[in-house]
Amino acid sequence: MNDSALQVQGLRKVYANGKTALDGVDLQVSKGAFHALLGPNGAGKSTLINILADIVRPTSGLAKMFGRDVFHERAWCKRHLGVVPQEVAFDPFFSPVEVLRITSGLFGRKPDDAWINELLDRLGLAEHAHKNTRQLSGGMRRRLLVAQALVHRPSLVVLDEPTAGVDVELRRSLWAFMRELNRSGTTILLTTHYLEEAEQLCDHVTIIDGGRVVADQSMRELMEVVAGRYLYLGYGDDFELSEADARALSAFRPRVMSGGICLRLGGQGSEGHGFHQVYEAAVSRLGIPRKVEIRQEDLEDVFIRLTGRARHERSRA
Amino acid sequence: MRPLNPYGTWTLFLRETRRFLKVHMQTIVAPALTALLYVLIFRYAMGARSVPGLDVDYLTFLIPGLVMMSMLQNAFANTSSSIIVGKVMNVHIYLLMAPLSAMEIILALVASAVVRAFIVAVAILAALWVFVDIPLSSVSLIMLYGLCGSMLMGGLGIIAGIWAEKFDDIALINNFVIMPLTFLSGVFYSVAQLPPFWQQINRYNPFFYLIDGFRHGFVGVGDTDPHASIGLVAGATTICILACWQLWRTGWRMKP
Repeated sequence: MNDSALQVQGLRKVYANGKTALDGVDLQVSKGAFHALLGPNGAGKSTLINILADIVRPTSGLAKMFGRDVFHERAWCKRHLGVVPQEVAFDPFFSPVEVLRITSGLFGRKPDDAWINELLDRLGLAEHAHKNTRQLSGGMRRRLLVAQALVHRPSLVVLDEPTAGVDVELRRSLWAFMRELNRSGTTILLTTHYLEEAEQLCDHVTIIDGGRVVADQSMRELMEVVAGRYLYLGYGDDFELSEADARALSAFRPRVMSGGICLRLGGQGSEGHGFHQVYEAAVSRLGIPRKVEIRQEDLEDVFIRLTGRARHERSRA
Repeated sequence: MRPLNPYGTWTLFLRETRRFLKVHMQTIVAPALTALLYVLIFRYAMGARSVPGLDVDYLTFLIPGLVMMSMLQNAFANTSSSIIVGKVMNVHIYLLMAPLSAMEIILALVASAVVRAFIVAVAILAALWVFVDIPLSSVSLIMLYGLCGSMLMGGLGIIAGIWAEKFDDIALINNFVIMPLTFLSGVFYSVAQLPPFWQQINRYNPFFYLIDGFRHGFVGVGDTDPHASIGLVAGATTICILACWQLWRTGWRMKP
């Protein structure tokens, strides 16, 4: 039994201008997962999503959706896929209700008005349902894109930065809605810049950088094993790290942060450097700090560390 | 077997048709008014003269040509503007993401262009019928040439829309290709009045056959044999639609 909603193998994309956006990406999204696809700007996330959506042509590689070949059984796959594009798109001739009825129809489904009303309601668009889309704010247009992606009830929903420009309250209600959909069996692949939200929502995470996968783990595993602890030493607002000090402490991957420095400790598996070793090395270079804290890395820290490291490794190669 | 999506095709056709109906002042009333103004101007400029060599009253000769010219221009405008608006507003991605085959998309777009062309034609004729006696020689010729012409131009509009990157590109094609070709194809005069060199050139102008055949359907005379030209016109239309289909399938200028 194949229980993956999406399986991507060796996907490559080289654009006409010679830029390699995807350099052999493998990705597996399990059925029913809430999967985060993270990466810095230009990492290739949108290219990957746009290839699945048939907006961009792949250079080579394979993709399967629910076991079917995406590139050969396009129509079937498209009916089961809903994509929220990163770039805002709106039809200036129609109202949100009309746009949703049209989108549903284009996907081969007679518009289901009860579902359309529910979507408008859940996405905070009900009172704007009959306005022209030109009158909608940027945030509303973006929420309309979410509704458009869901209107044909796809089994796999891909959200490419769905909350950019959406205010906090609506973002929360959007996530609550996505959670509900996920619980009722919809597989969700999400890219977002709000890593805190990804950490809370997603059960699996793939990080890509420079067109390659640099991490692919369950969220829990990533946060327990990969996410380490670090030592924060506060020296005051005017703190600066000299190059010589940075070099001397490079084994601990120093990072300047809010008037102090972060130095990496070992992970929970206790490999790496112990507290005393790191603390003494730092004090011998920088003096006694005013503040000492041991902090657990969050997803953002891991993300910066992994994508930073990936860049470093490639430039050496 | 490629799974078909007739409901999606129908929806796309309806979307395109509603789109131009929503802005009917621009898409139907304005072109009809332009045609009426031409008739008015030529009525006073030319008086009751008849067309040399054809023995037809000039106004009777002019009106079918103007109607066909409006049909051709509006069919082109409908598909080309739809695609370029889609590209500029980024909504074209919904056509790419939808489970529609290239042929289904082309057919829906062209069908809507044909509908617009016929609505414009009916609007012009209805307004003129009050003032001018318009003969009807062969309805089937009118329908056939009208259909082929608007399909051909709908197809060319698709190609232009696929090629274009901004609104200006469409305006460029409109002003430098579509307008000269339609204006010089015998809308305002019989091609027999042209010098031999230009008559020769016009033999390769598909719009010339379209306008002449269409006019034949009204006045019963013309520069060509409309029954002999049908094959040529239908062939050009088919080639154009197949070219659209092929372009859309490859994703040229639509999918990076």
